[in-house]
Amino acid sequence: MDTFLKQSIEFLPILAQGLRLTVLVTVGSLVLSTVLGILWALMRVSGKGWLAWIAKTIVNVIRGIPIIVQLFYIYFVLPDFGISLTALQAAIIGLGVAYSAYQSENFRAGIEAIDKGQLEAAQSIGMGWWLTMRRVILPQAFKIVLPPYGNIMIMMLKDSSQASTITVAELALQGKLIASSTFQNTTVFTLVAALYLCMSLPLIWVVGRLEGRFGRR
Amino acid sequence: MIELANVHKRFGSLEVIKGVSATVAAGEVVCVIGPSGSGKSTILRCINGLESYEAGSITVEGVKVDRSAASITSVRTQVSMVFQRFNLFPHRTALENVVEGPIYVKGEPRAAAFDHGRQLLDRVGLASKAGSYPHELSGGQQQRVAIARALAMRPKAILFDEPTSALDPELVGEVLSVMRLLAEDGLTMVVVTHEISFAREVADRVLFLDHGLIVEEGRAAEVLTDPKHPRTQDFLRRVLRPI
Repeated sequence: MDTFLKQSIEFLPILAQGLRLTVLVTVGSLVLSTVLGILWALMRVSGKGWLAWIAKTIVNVIRGIPIIVQLFYIYFVLPDFGISLTALQAAIIGLGVAYSAYQSENFRAGIEAIDKGQLEAAQSIGMGWWLTMRRVILPQAFKIVLPPYGNIMIMMLKDSSQASTITVAELALQGKLIASSTFQNTTVFTLVAALYLCMSLPLIWVVGRLEGRFGRR
Repeated sequence: MIELANVHKRFGSLEVIKGVSATVAAGEVVCVIGPSGSGKSTILRCINGLESYEAGSITVEGVKVDRSAASITSVRTQVSMVFQRFNLFPHRTALENVVEGPIYVKGEPRAAAFDHGRQLLDRVGLASKAGSYPHELSGGQQQRVAIARALAMRPKAILFDEPTSALDPELVGEVLSVMRLLAEDGLTMVVVTHEISFAREVADRVLFLDHGLIVEEGRAAEVLTDPKHPRTQDFLRRVLRPI
């Protein structure tokens, strides 16, 4: 136990650097995936056949390719087309795009769950499509979407470790680097696991609260 | 002010409106009655552009109702709608429901819209419920808020789509009395309803619709007390003497 504590004090500052990148990747890709997800979802429910088709195709292509392959593609293939990104940028864009597919399905389900009478009531007082979305549909869909959104957040936090495959030294990779140079596998990976739990358990708790509040309707 | 000329509407292979022509003059109260499935609600929804129609024309104050045209917004601000199931916005209070259209569609100043909104809630007898959310209100109260919301657009006419059909029987009266007040104030109203006694008392004219056609129309007292067409006679007999 003593050695564990001593080693922990030694390793934690290094792991903290990884932690910072993990948070950066998670938050960055969360924002990007949310924006793109809402965009795909709005295209799907726009009532314009071609827009819906484009969004559906994008979502299916994204869903059909493993995240790790998407990351490789963005980091290793795009430079061939003259688009060079740092590993961190590639990780945020890759995870953001990959998760936008799941986000959009979630948002679409939320929007489509709203009673059609709401749409008609909005139309009957002269609201256009965008105003109806902004003032009537989205505020109500928000409550439906929130609990699954929390789950996506937790999945993203964990999947941010996939950024290690394109050299982003986030928490998991930082741990692996320390472990392979010190051979203190037990200490290092226990710390890494504990740090992930420190972030995800509060999130899980918050999501549970949200489900309790909005789930029952 | 509302004119329908030979309107046809189909849902897939089912033709629900088979050539309806009618006019509603300013200040007139027209009740549309008929068995369910006769197309009453569909006609109403066509007037407001909630449904499209295949043939014929509907005009409001001379402007053609075309739900895919930009002009539909101005039609809808002139002709409001009250729904069977109220369709209040559940995430907004009664007063917020009422001022939503004036502020965000018509761009009225907030203070003026809220003042007007409170007056309208007072007019439908709900001044004390301005801050209540729809789920805190009874069905009758919700429908009265919905009427205030329709009035807030300062429409030239209001379409009522079976406004009391979703209400508990003891709550029907409060909604009908509000509608009676509006009729006395000279508001143009088209009311799809099963409330025959209301139609007899308030309506200037009654249209009887069956299988997508106007079978009989005329002054309310005549159509409802002395119907000429056998279908109307049969329908009224059933409605007035329920088993």
